[in-house]
Amino acid sequence: MDITHTMVDSPLGELTLVGNGGALAGVYFTGQRNRPRPERLGRPAPAEFAEPVRQLGEYFAGRRTAFELDLDTHGDAFDRQVWALVTAIPYGQTRSYGQLARELGDPGLAQQVGVSNARNRLCIVVPCHRVVGADGKLTGYAGGLARKRALLELEAPVPAGRLF
Amino acid sequence: MRPFEQIVADYGPMVLRVCRAVVGPDEAEDAWSETFLAALRAYPRLDDGANVEAWLVTIAHRKAIDATRAAARRPVTAGSLPERPASTGRPEDWDGDLWAALAALPARQRAAVAYHYLAGLPYAEIAEITGGSTDAARRAAADGIKTLRATYLAPTKEEGEGR
Repeated sequence: MDITHTMVDSPLGELTLVGNGGALAGVYFTGQRNRPRPERLGRPAPAEFAEPVRQLGEYFAGRRTAFELDLDTHGDAFDRQVWALVTAIPYGQTRSYGQLARELGDPGLAQQVGVSNARNRLCIVVPCHRVVGADGKLTGYAGGLARKRALLELEAPVPAGRLF
Repeated sequence: MRPFEQIVADYGPMVLRVCRAVVGPDEAEDAWSETFLAALRAYPRLDDGANVEAWLVTIAHRKAIDATRAAARRPVTAGSLPERPASTGRPEDWDGDLWAALAALPARQRAAVAYHYLAGLPYAEIAEITGGSTDAARRAAADGIKTLRATYLAPTKEEGEGR
């Protein structure tokens, strides 16, 4: 285990990137609920994050819709299944917890899907912001609902005409 | 070394999902059993510090190839798609259209997606299992995800694309 980290600016505030053995292990917003304590961030090593930083920059500039990064994920089999489904949600779209639960074989799993979604450590890169409530309602987001809304708006800007 | 039963308990569910993703629901249980049978035999020789996940996926990959070859030799049975079951309480029993979407991917992309996202293996390890370079494995996974996004998880009537 070789934990490193760096901070990078973004339109949604400073992001903390955490790496483990050369793979991206975490992307956290400031004030995010489940971000690691400072002593768990490992040594600062900005040079190791050149590729994730570049790809995130392209994402925020609207030039990238999917990430090509080595990810270091830690979760049980169900978590990983949920994160894989979440990654399969197209850029600019949303799906509901219920639909993901149905894909996993049981609409009753919606709450567990929510728990696994909340366990995601790789904000933006594993697009947990694309999972919404049944009526499109923006339910919780570790980075705060304003950021969730901002990410969805970045990916699929509402044309001015739709507001009226 | 942990007792082998602990290995099965700790990694069994992940290996099953990987088998389902790579060989489909019909062959998955057999591939899973073959994998752990082979693992049981090889376990005494495994190094103490070895990466058990990568080791199991390496074995599962070989069994998946065997299963795919065997299935190709058998006559295809024409049948209707199974109905969605009522709640079974076992999430691993049904993968909706995920298998169909994965089956449509080239084998390298299917493996790269399954081994990175379901088994959590780094691309360097995946390259060792499937052959090819680390970059090729990463690209294969990215291409596989790109196709899945276009073909899988269609929006339901109630959801559409809006929010």
